[in-house]
Amino acid sequence: MKAAQLPTRPEGAAPVATSRPARRRTPVPTRFLPVIATFVLFVAMFGVGSVRYEGFASGQVVANLFIDNAFLIVLAVGMTFVILTGGIDLSVGSVVALSTMVAAAGLQAGWSAPLTILAVLAMGSGFGLLMGLVIHYFEIQPFIVTLAGLFLARGLCYVISVESIPIKDDTFRSIATGVIELPGGTVITPSVVIALVVVAVAAYVLHLTRFGRTVYAVGGSESSARLMGLATARAKVGVYVISGFCSALAGLLFSFYMLSGYSLHAVGMELDAIAAVVIGGTLLSGGVGLVVGSLLGVLVLGTIQTFISFEGTLSSWWTKIAIGTLLLIFIVMQRLFVGRKA
Amino acid sequence: MTQTQADDLRPTTAEPVVLMRGISIEFPGVKALQDVDLTLRPGEVHALMGENGAGKSTLIKALTGVYTPDAGTTTLNGVQVAFHGPAAAQSAGISTVYQEVNLCSNLSVAENILLGREPRRLGGIDGRAMRARSAEVLARMGLDVDPASILSSHPIAIQQLVAIARAVEIDSRVLILDEPTSSLDADEVAELFRVIRSLRDEGVAIVFVSHFLEQVFEISDRMTVLRNGRVVGEYATAELTRLELVSAMLGREMDLLEEIERAVAESAPSDATDTPLVRVTGLGRTGAIEPFDLTIRAGEVVGLAGLLGSGRTELARLLFAADRADAGHVEVDGRPLRLRGPRSAIAAGIAFCSEDRKGEGLVADLSIRDNLVLAMQAARGWARPIPRRTKDELVEKYIEALDIRPGNPDALIGNLSGGNQQKVLLARWLVTEPRLLILDEPTRGIDVGAKAQIQKLVADLAAGGMAVLYISAELEEVVRLSDRVVVLRDHRKIAELDGRDVSVSDVMALIASGDQADHRSGGTERKAS
Amino acid sequence: MSTATPVTFAARARQSRLTWPLLALVALLLVNVVVTPSFFSLRIQDGHLYGSLIDILKNGAPTLLIALGMTLVIATRGIDLSVGAIVAISGAVTCTYIAGAPDPTSASAAIIGLSMALGLCVLLGLWNGFLVSVLGIQPIIATLVLMTAGRGIAMLVTDGQIITVTNPAYRQIGAGFLVLPISILISLAVLAAVAVVTRRTALGMLIESVGVNPEASRLAGVQARTIIWTVYVFAALCAGVAGLMISSNVSAADANNAGLWIEMDAILAVVIGGTSLAGGRYSLTGTLVGALIIQTLTTTVYTAGIAPEITLLFKAVVVIAVCLLQSPRARAALRRGKTPPPVVPDAGTPSAAPDLGVLADVPGPVAPASTSSSHSAQKAGQR
Repeated sequence: MKAAQLPTRPEGAAPVATSRPARRRTPVPTRFLPVIATFVLFVAMFGVGSVRYEGFASGQVVANLFIDNAFLIVLAVGMTFVILTGGIDLSVGSVVALSTMVAAAGLQAGWSAPLTILAVLAMGSGFGLLMGLVIHYFEIQPFIVTLAGLFLARGLCYVISVESIPIKDDTFRSIATGVIELPGGTVITPSVVIALVVVAVAAYVLHLTRFGRTVYAVGGSESSARLMGLATARAKVGVYVISGFCSALAGLLFSFYMLSGYSLHAVGMELDAIAAVVIGGTLLSGGVGLVVGSLLGVLVLGTIQTFISFEGTLSSWWTKIAIGTLLLIFIVMQRLFVGRKA
Repeated sequence: MTQTQADDLRPTTAEPVVLMRGISIEFPGVKALQDVDLTLRPGEVHALMGENGAGKSTLIKALTGVYTPDAGTTTLNGVQVAFHGPAAAQSAGISTVYQEVNLCSNLSVAENILLGREPRRLGGIDGRAMRARSAEVLARMGLDVDPASILSSHPIAIQQLVAIARAVEIDSRVLILDEPTSSLDADEVAELFRVIRSLRDEGVAIVFVSHFLEQVFEISDRMTVLRNGRVVGEYATAELTRLELVSAMLGREMDLLEEIERAVAESAPSDATDTPLVRVTGLGRTGAIEPFDLTIRAGEVVGLAGLLGSGRTELARLLFAADRADAGHVEVDGRPLRLRGPRSAIAAGIAFCSEDRKGEGLVADLSIRDNLVLAMQAARGWARPIPRRTKDELVEKYIEALDIRPGNPDALIGNLSGGNQQKVLLARWLVTEPRLLILDEPTRGIDVGAKAQIQKLVADLAAGGMAVLYISAELEEVVRLSDRVVVLRDHRKIAELDGRDVSVSDVMALIASGDQADHRSGGTERKAS
Repeated sequence: MSTATPVTFAARARQSRLTWPLLALVALLLVNVVVTPSFFSLRIQDGHLYGSLIDILKNGAPTLLIALGMTLVIATRGIDLSVGAIVAISGAVTCTYIAGAPDPTSASAAIIGLSMALGLCVLLGLWNGFLVSVLGIQPIIATLVLMTAGRGIAMLVTDGQIITVTNPAYRQIGAGFLVLPISILISLAVLAAVAVVTRRTALGMLIESVGVNPEASRLAGVQARTIIWTVYVFAALCAGVAGLMISSNVSAADANNAGLWIEMDAILAVVIGGTSLAGGRYSLTGTLVGALIIQTLTTTVYTAGIAPEITLLFKAVVVIAVCLLQSPRARAALRRGKTPPPVVPDAGTPSAAPDLGVLADVPGPVAPASTSSSHSAQKAGQR
């Protein structure tokens, strides 16, 4: 869509029927504002970092942001789908852990790497499908169902093993240690490519397919979407399948990153994913948001951690406090923004 | 609005599009429809009339596949059909536009028109084609709306027209409009009617459901009247007088209207020269209503007339302190009142029944009893519960006095009909024994019988010494009930007409004076969001 | 109400939302008796009551306490995710103060420490309430802020260490006895107090009204903002006391792990007890049963000799089972083919029953049941 073509309603002015009047054309439609705010924040944080710390403003630091958070990007993409329909998926962190466990245990049992990867992805999608079906057909709140999913996945981890399982498979190790050199000497990992492909595919699905538009429609008004004859059931269940798939994929990326399967991997990662989505400008009430925003949200979270590692003397708990504070700022901003519109 | 001047009855030799025969639907314990026939012909506006609960919605839902009839047949163009859900009906060419706009306000106008049928190109939705196609439909309907704009940036009236545009785009042969005008002002209604007529001329069969009799007479060619789940009859609009229609809808309850007249006549203001109960000076709020003065005496009904968005609701909300005023002050009994919120207004004896019954009135999951005592309990504070016996007595008294049905105090208010819900909300305020009762659209969307009962109640209350500020889109109601009529336009008080010799046309002339385009500005922002 | 329609106990039980949770609890207890025949036995030693049942109550006391606060928050259509973090902060503040006090073993150090902690909890509750009621932010995100930042704050207080204290007075809260463990007595006292305060006064009705329709309540003169604010402060205070119990029981503050997931347990307890996350009508008895189910489950897994980590698995199964059994849709699916759904248009007693509400909503056809039955009747009508 061409941004320049979209007129926005003059702020504060009353809406006018049969709008002939002042059709002011502002360059940026309001719905992109949150994402732009996130982008500005990211750039500003990076600018501050570059001024404060030597070596901060290098391509590799940016690349590392992607490398260290590839799994979180994938996770946030899946979460964006769910939140766009007005739902929530608390199970993602546990599904990541379960995926690392299944991968590690599978490989240990002698499965081939492709089979393992397929099995993990199928498991994640199936898990999401199950939750989606329960949410949609039994009309139980997503919060509760995915909370049960959180417990279930974590519990299954322990059933597989209480101990950490190392991954020794060659394919996994080669993906894990593989690097792709970019012009300028910056290196990234295959995981980064996968994560960016996921973002691109997600953006395509959300904006250029009927399924994607139905996701937005359901988030805007589910009953309207149903009365319009849209496939709401497919969208509502589908987003959990996507989120489950993304969690499994993120779990694979995470196992490349850690080269182990462990029940205590990714504890609380669902909160990071939700925080990234919210900071990226997606409304938790559904219907409004962009997947690019979630990507930016993850990068902002990653920058905070980079800050803390560059600072050196700061303790790790400042990360949590900083994320909480950012979350607060964005939520309050969203609130004021939406509040003014309403 | 010229009365009873319908279009000439157009020759309708065409074969019916829809023939429903012998439709019966039974819900547990209720026969919602019994042996109902409905015939829809192309190029005809067919009004479906009846009180609330007469079976109009059920019949529409039976036609659109929301309900499956227990008996009877539906044929579409001579072929017998049975839809499983609105989507199936829609794809067969039967579209419905509901009272609450059923679109997604977070998406663009073009998307709302084409959602589910987006043009595709190269494996993706073609945004440009989509905007072009919807622009075409909008132009065909004579609407100047940017297809790329977000739906929520438009007022309800436009959203409703977009919903119709969606139906037009589907190429619907049957278009059902369920109370489409209840939140539109006169200009917007005219715009809607223009669109309806042009669709009719294109051969669409239109079902029009409305509580506004003038509108029905203005737009419809033919009507089917339902009462208690049965068809009273099918009439050509031009051959029916208003009185005949009302008596067909009401049956024996016809004398209620006369009763209102009588009650109103009896309750002449006893002592209008008394010191004012409420005196408002320069009260206003930027963007809502310009500073105004208003005096209300005990035992007086003051009517507020004006189009939707003229500031009538805003005025009421300021007086009740539901919104904060940024200028002016209010005196009650000559003592200044600090309006800090609804509680301070309530403490001063002011009560306010909002026009938005569902959003701002009902506490749907609680019982009639809890809803009825809510305001009284809130005024007492949580620490002083109303004793059980007092509560029961109050509830029993008002259920009987206002004829609330069902009379079971434990029934959830959400399950009641609109008229009965409104009565409970009225009762909620009456138990607090207010001195000034502000009623915003108390009769909107409720059946004629309940309308009459509520108007009679207002007259009686005023006769008993209560001051009432009465807001309604139906000028006849305002004029009939009021001792004085305050006229608003464009967020401004433009006139105050004293006495009982005001006529509807006087008020209309005042409202209509001034620039046409001005009427449209502002107003619906609270609804549009 | 008291019309002649004979309502059998079975029919009433079928409608009550508490039936299934209660059955689940009984089933769990029976499993325990089968596994350990001495499960129900109680013994008195040094004037203290011991036994498996007491253990369940004692270990469940913090969850119950938090769930009580959560019930009221959920009734106002809110949710408080930050209680786990508040548990950690409360323990951290108290233990850090005691450890740094001039006399770390004195009762006064304990009292000052816990007063500081509870004071801070009230502030945190005010903060949550401010975000929700004044700024109008969705509760789930508003409290997500403190959930994320709170544990960081707790670690900031303890400097990332596990602080251990040896203070006999402080130890009483979590490990002390007054025939029964003191923590049980505290939780039950709070339960009774909440029941009396909300059901004997009009507070419960006003909370429900705010939960169902905040704007309508405000226009009816209900101080919706104050009520919402109050329930968040109360929830934070409950979490603070629970934090004291937990840290006092082990005489240590572990900012990382104290109260981890306890917000989820508390929410589960509320939901299992039949209070809808959509707000409105709530059941304190239900919450009690819900909290007991969760704790009994944990104990059962222990006594059955299953690896304790797998408790999560059972929790998931119980949650799903109970939620499915409460879901009108699932109930309708179960019933399909057997008997048509019972239509009870007028069923339901007022929730604000004049007698002690906690008990009143156990056996009768409680109000929520009538919601669900009318709901299913509608569904049946649409077919």
